[in-house]
Amino acid sequence: MINKLRQTPLYIVAIALLLFTGLPFFVMINTSFKGQAEFSSAPWALPEALSFENYAFLFETSFFQYFGNSLFVTVISVILTIIFSAMASYPLSRMKFKLNRPILLLFMVGMMIPIHTTLIPIFLLTQNMGLYNTLWGLIGPYVAFALPISVVIYTQFMSDLPKELIESAKIDGCGHLQLFWRILFPLLIPATATVAIYNFIHIWNEFIFALVLTNSDEAATLPIGLREFYGEFSINIPGLMAALTLASVPLLLVYFVAQEKIIKGLAAGSVKG
Amino acid sequence: MATNVENKVNTKSRDASRKKNAKNWLVILGFMAPALLFYGVYVVYAIGMTFYYSLFDWNGIDSNMVFIGLQNYFEVIRDGVFWQASGNNALLIAASLLTQLPLGLIMALLLFSPIKGMRLFRTVYFMPFLMSTVAIGILFIYIFDANYGLVNQFLGAVGLESLQRGWLGSEDTAIWAVIITICWQFAPFYMILFRAAIVGISEDLYEAADIDGASAWRKFSGITLPLLRPIIITSAILSVIGALKYFDLIYVMTGGGPNNSTELMATYMYDQTFTNFSMGYGSTISSMMFIIAFIVTLGIITVDNKRKADF
Repeated sequence: MINKLRQTPLYIVAIALLLFTGLPFFVMINTSFKGQAEFSSAPWALPEALSFENYAFLFETSFFQYFGNSLFVTVISVILTIIFSAMASYPLSRMKFKLNRPILLLFMVGMMIPIHTTLIPIFLLTQNMGLYNTLWGLIGPYVAFALPISVVIYTQFMSDLPKELIESAKIDGCGHLQLFWRILFPLLIPATATVAIYNFIHIWNEFIFALVLTNSDEAATLPIGLREFYGEFSINIPGLMAALTLASVPLLLVYFVAQEKIIKGLAAGSVKG
Repeated sequence: MATNVENKVNTKSRDASRKKNAKNWLVILGFMAPALLFYGVYVVYAIGMTFYYSLFDWNGIDSNMVFIGLQNYFEVIRDGVFWQASGNNALLIAASLLTQLPLGLIMALLLFSPIKGMRLFRTVYFMPFLMSTVAIGILFIYIFDANYGLVNQFLGAVGLESLQRGWLGSEDTAIWAVIITICWQFAPFYMILFRAAIVGISEDLYEAADIDGASAWRKFSGITLPLLRPIIITSAILSVIGALKYFDLIYVMTGGGPNNSTELMATYMYDQTFTNFSMGYGSTISSMMFIIAFIVTLGIITVDNKRKADF
């Protein structure tokens, strides 16, 4: 009994924080199920009946094009990041040469700089390469910005693998490529999960480069699309909230399925950095 | 005679090792080429070009680039808006350190307390971090809205109508509304970092403290807090760098206004470059961001190393 009483302040703080973090989500989802008229008469009350008209409305817009674009850009960028950074970490962790440290350091510095510094040259470069306003134009910078943390995670992970493994594979006559793809890469799965999750979240939500490197619906990703929406339909708040809800679904879904993995991945990604 | 043979053997093995070396270099290069290419072009080259462009007067459209040396830098130093923007960045740094980190720590500690429904708390606490910044920005525009906004509705409901206002439309309150939103977005991230670090603290320490009859506060200040120090430093670096490059949220919520009151270095750089078409001047602001971030990070690391040496 006394113990329970003692815990009361804990519950008060915990619930206050629950309201602080959860209320905006509740408001967003709640509003997305309301009709427009209902919203203007009682903006924050519960909906009288669940109405899906706002979600149906999204089919009349470019929402799903933005959604598809985001999925395409994010998936390709994450796959390329995994391949490139895992490959780069092999000589960095497993072969001794003079430039080991300097190259690793070069990648580490990439985690410390404000990446916006590269915005203007990348804008001009993308135009010169003929990739302006294409989805491929976004993939290059996204991969490049994802590389530093990914290379560091892989290098760290790979140098912890037992030496004997590689020695015995070499005696069996494995070439470097075979050794890497057949034997090492499958062992790197935990690191790959971390790299994939960390970069998926950041690339899915990236805004400023998508803003500068695209200028039409064909190449716009979700964050850009949502902003377009806000400009176009700012009076239709329930419709806008439906778009915001649906845009957040992929990450929330992944989170509910692999909560522990995501949390671990994020923590590892930043602490090791 | 003997030395002659030795020499021969040496040259032979040197030749072999040189061949092996050359082959090794090919392997090394082959494995690193894709990463080095992307990183080299989009990060290293790009940063170099930013500094290069900052020496020109150029609109970015025609080929008429006029070399003006460091004149852009002299101009930026006298530019009131730039200083207002970097002042706001400094305010964001302070606010980030004073709100996000403590709040993240409190949330992480709550997850280790004996309250029930832990899964629910943990899940909801973390959700803001998964939402895209643009979505957060739009959502909070409505939360701070003058008419429909949750904040004003709440104030009305508890009889504080006098405090109601358009929070983002007023010069005095806009920056604070933005700071609260940023805190909402990033506190969960620090919660995750702190939680991971607390998991790593040995149970034995707390059991020993229990045997000594230590209070909860004593356990926190004597065990948890000192052992969290490294992660607090890391979090501080991350939050300072984060605050120096904030862009998305401000761009969506206020666009730097009203009257530059929420202008940041990144939004000012964007405006100068892509609205005013001063590529040269925009690059100068960009370079300044780079230099400031570099100095600040170096500063934190030096102070941290000094502290480590003192122990």
